[in-house]
This record gives sequence, C-alpha cells and structure tokens, in this order.
Amino acid sequence: MFILEKRPTPSRFWMAATPILAVILTMIAGGLMFAILGKDPFVAIRTIFWDPLFDPQFASYSRPQLLVKAGPLILIAIGLSLGFRAGIWNIGAEGQYIMGAIFGAAAGLAFYPSENRLIFPLMVAAGAFGGWVWAMIPAILRTRFRTNEILVSLLLVYVAQSLLASMALGALRSPDGGGFPGSRNLSQWATSANPELIVGTGMHWGVVTAFIAVIASYILLQRHILGFQIRLAGEAPRAARFAGVNPNRLVVLCLGVSGALAGLAGLFEVTGPAGQISIDFNSGYGFTAIIVAFLGRLNPIGILLAGLLMALTYIGGELAQFMLGLPSAAIQAFQGMLLFFLLAVDMLGNYRIRLGFGRAA
Amino acid sequence: MDLSAINPAVLIASLMVAAVPIMLAATGELVVEKAGVLNLGVEGMMIMGAVCGLAIAVEAESPVLGFVAAAAGGAALSLIFAFLTQVLLANQVATGLALTLFGLGLSSLIGQGYVGIKPPPTPRLDFGPLTDIPVLGTILFRHDPVVYLSVLIIAAVWALLKFTRAGLILRAVGENHDAAHALGYKVQRIRLAAILFGGAMAGLGGAYISLVRVPQWTDGITAGAGWIALAIVVFASWKPWRILLGAYLFGGITVLQLNLQAAGARIPIEYLSMSPYLITILVLVIMSADRGRAALNAPAALGRNFHASR
Repeated sequence: MFILEKRPTPSRFWMAATPILAVILTMIAGGLMFAILGKDPFVAIRTIFWDPLFDPQFASYSRPQLLVKAGPLILIAIGLSLGFRAGIWNIGAEGQYIMGAIFGAAAGLAFYPSENRLIFPLMVAAGAFGGWVWAMIPAILRTRFRTNEILVSLLLVYVAQSLLASMALGALRSPDGGGFPGSRNLSQWATSANPELIVGTGMHWGVVTAFIAVIASYILLQRHILGFQIRLAGEAPRAARFAGVNPNRLVVLCLGVSGALAGLAGLFEVTGPAGQISIDFNSGYGFTAIIVAFLGRLNPIGILLAGLLMALTYIGGELAQFMLGLPSAAIQAFQGMLLFFLLAVDMLGNYRIRLGFGRAA
Repeated sequence: MDLSAINPAVLIASLMVAAVPIMLAATGELVVEKAGVLNLGVEGMMIMGAVCGLAIAVEAESPVLGFVAAAAGGAALSLIFAFLTQVLLANQVATGLALTLFGLGLSSLIGQGYVGIKPPPTPRLDFGPLTDIPVLGTILFRHDPVVYLSVLIIAAVWALLKFTRAGLILRAVGENHDAAHALGYKVQRIRLAAILFGGAMAGLGGAYISLVRVPQWTDGITAGAGWIALAIVVFASWKPWRILLGAYLFGGITVLQLNLQAAGARIPIEYLSMSPYLITILVLVIMSADRGRAALNAPAALGRNFHASR
C-alpha cells in the first residue's frame, strides 16, 4: 500500500523535475494512443518533437513557426499565471483574445486606407483595451456581486465567438471581399501589418511583447510588493488578509492584466499570422495557454520554455498530420493528456510516497 | 416577423426536450458538489458521452445501448478526475479544466468516423389515448423516455439527499470532511462514488444531445452546455428541484431564440444565439448578489481536497 506523507516544505528538486517527468509520461501515453490509431509511435513522436527542428527538409520552414506559435501562447499564459497564483481563475482568455483582435482590427480599419505611422500603435492599444474590457466583466461581477469568475469568464468565450461571427459577416466584412465573410487583410496593408522583424526567425511584434511580458512578470513576482501580494494571496489567503492585501484589488489587477495580454495576443495574431478577422481565425490559443501556464509551473521562465514546447506540439502535429495522416484531434488530446500527467505528478513536490501498511490514518 | 407561427404548446414541449441535457448534467454535478468536490470537467464528460453514445448507438443500432455506453464513457472520464483529485490530491479546478480540454480532443478524435451519420431514432414512450388530449397531450405525453427519466432522477436525488442515511453521509462529507473522517466514513470512497455518478449523468446528458436533439456528430457539439449546467447548480443553490426550474428556464430561452430565428426576427442570428450565455451570466449575478444565500447553501468543503494525515 502506498501512503502519501506531506513534506514540511515543497521539494525544490521535484518542483523542477515534475514538468519533465510529465512530458516523458505524456510521450509514452501519447505513443500508445498513436499506436492504437495504427501509426508507428516512435515515428510519430519523432515527427512531432524532432523533425520540425532538425529535419533538413522541414526545419527551414518549421523553425520560424516555433516563435510564431509560441508568442501568443506565452503572452496569454504569463497573464493567466498571475491570476492562477493568486487563486483567481480566468479561464476565458480565448474570449479576451478574440475581443482584442476585434477591437484592434476595428480601430485600424476605421482609418483604411490612410497611411500613418500612429495607426499601428493605436491598434495595439485598442487590442489591449478590448481584452481588458472583456476581462473586466468577470472582475467587476466578482468584486461587486461575488459572482464566480470561472463560469462568467468561460461563458463570455461563447459570447465573444458569436460576436466574432457577427463581425466577420457584418460590420467588419471586407467591402471588396465579394460577399465572403472575413475582414480586409490586415497583414497586406502596410500600415497595420505585423511583419516578421528578422527574416527567417518568425519574430514579430507579438513575440517581442511576449518576451517583454516574461521579463516584466519575473520582476513583478520577485522584486515588487504586488508580486509578493499575489503569491501571498494564493498560498496563504488568511495571512494575506491580515497583511492588508485588498483581495478585490488583486482580482481587478490579475484579470485586467491577463485580459489585456490576451487582447494583445489576439491583435498581433490578426495583424500577422492570421491576417484577417474571420469566423475561425482563433485557434484555441486561449485554452492551450492554460496548459502552458501550468506546465511552466506558473513561473515566467518556465512558461517561456513551456510555450516553446507547446508550440512545438502544434507544429509537429501539423507535420504529423501531413506526413503520417495523424488527425489533428489526436494532438489536441495529446495536449490535454500533458496537463493530466502534469497534475498527476505534481503531488511529488508536496508529498512523499511511502511504502507500507501504516496505521489506519 | 410572424410570432403567431410559434405554437405555445409545441414551444413548451420542445423546451422540455431542450432542457434534458443540462438537467441531467446539472443533477450529476449537484451530487458531486454536495460531496464537496468541484468537478469543472462537465463539458468534457458530456462531449465524451455524446460521442460514445452516438458511436455505440450507430454500431449496435440501438439507442438504449448508446445511452448506456454514454453513461459509461462519461463515468470513465470522471474516473481520471477522481484518481487525480482523490488519490493524487491534484487541484480540482485545474484537473476539471484538463478534463474538458482532453475530452474535447478525444471526442473529436473518436467522432471523426461518425460525421454526418444519423443515429437510430429514439422512440417516444407510448401513452395510448393520453397523447391525443389537445394541449396537455402535446406538452406532457409525446416525449421519449429520457425526458421522464431525467425528472425521475431529480426526484430520486432529492429523496436520497433528504431522507436516506446515504444522503446524510454524502452531505456530511461535503460539509466537513474531517468530521466525517473522524466518524469513520471513507471520505475518498464516497467522493469517488459521487464523481462517477456525476460523470455518468453528464455522459447521459451529452448523449441526449447527439442522439435526440441534434441528432448527429459535429466537433464541439455540446457548445457550452456543460458550463451552463455548472451555472445551474449555483442557480439552484444546491437544491435538486430548483435544477428542474433552472433547466426549464434555460431550455425555454434556447428554444425561444431558435424559434425567433426561424420566425425571422430582426435581431441578427449571432446575437440571438449568444442570449442563453448572457442570461446564464445574468442569473448567476442575481443569485450571487443576494448576500448570504448562495454562501449558506454551498457545501462548506467544496473544492477542498482531503488528506488523512492527522
């Protein structure tokens, strides 16, 4: 019989080792799943994790994609991690991401086709504002009426998706699109385009912003009183109350920051890789970012690495779909599995496993 | 817009059908939360039920077997949740989310081969001459068995929680797991049973969508019904009969907006289809704004993990 014994303090070794262990376990379980689907598990795992980076045939295309996909994931996950640390669960980042894209694109398209260097910064501001506004709804409902922010933020994703459909078919539809849904192509209009900054790297403004967010969040959590309050509120809510931490302020702050960052991610996506507002330009980054945040142990540096790894599963997944005919849903299930294994091995940090038939506890 | 095209009796009958999936899932989640466990994976378990139910119903050409498989599929997924939260003491919110993300992926993987296939129809229950009573017959006696079953389950859960010893123990575990443990009840085992029941109910609810309401398979077929079910548990302030009320309310809104779409209302379709979510949020706000009431009824140990170390 196994017995879990609580450690006096969390083990630093296991805190760092559990994500790696989880990835290995996921590869094993994922390999099993691929085998059931009739694919060679070793080839499938190699196609997902190795070929995009090192295969001479695909690496030149895939390597830049790594940053393109990791940028929004990291940006959103950094915002989410602040809230998750404080016990504030914003799981509607997908909705905030969509709203950021809509607000930003609308702000830019209002000036079409004029050319002014100030339009792009304005769009960025509008994108952040859009995500922030969408996140303020659960924040204000939580602080004013104690409404559960998990349910509200999630339900607002469905509202945002309906709004997106309405925008793509109505207000933002391209007048020159011949009646097809979707806005003008923002990445082809020089004023609003979010181009690759260094050729061949995939680096665009969204990736730059993501790196800045990583550094800012690291400083905030390590060096600033606000970061201390966030950590305190999550780890010892009672102590936080005695220390004079205002919980409502934290809710507004954490949801606001995560919403604004998700909005920024949406704006950079819609002006760059996606190119236009369409019914389904969002590719579920808002939900995958939840996995990224946990895989990175809610730590900025960890999130940076986790975002890159998760981006790799997206690219490798596409490659495996192309090369092996592996269905894209299999990758989605694979990513979900990763979160399971991560949560399963997480207890190694806080508990010790003992063998034996201890007394009836 | 032609509102006279909407027949009230048919409207009520169809709202009863529309309410079934969320009613089943919410009843299951109510039992889970009464045991002190917050399982946010309802959406994932529902969609697993939807795809398992459809696949088995098509393969076996039997809707009954489909529903059984759906309950098994939902329960199987919830078993992962139970193992992670009860044995490995993982965070319940995060695990619930993982369940939803995983369920959405896995279901679309299983469902690939079943896109566009119609499942065998679920027959109506035959009430003989009762069916022909003018208005009442349409409303009450022209449904499939699951509609009645869902109401019966609510009654059974209500009776179980209110009158039986098992219900008392379940509530004790949810209110104060340390006290229940001290009395010698197996906290983890009781919670495991509750979680499995919740999973099976969510699976049934999902299958009702894919076998009766839609009836076919598309990715993401549950479209947030699981989250609405979670909200309905809050709306019901953890009381079984109010789940019936809540589910009919939301069934009503869903059916009404569909009818308005069909009747050619001036409001764009996208705004009509977001209305059930907006109204769910509104109801949540009203319920939680009432200081004290929601807090008084919520199980005290909700979302807290139990570790018998002391």
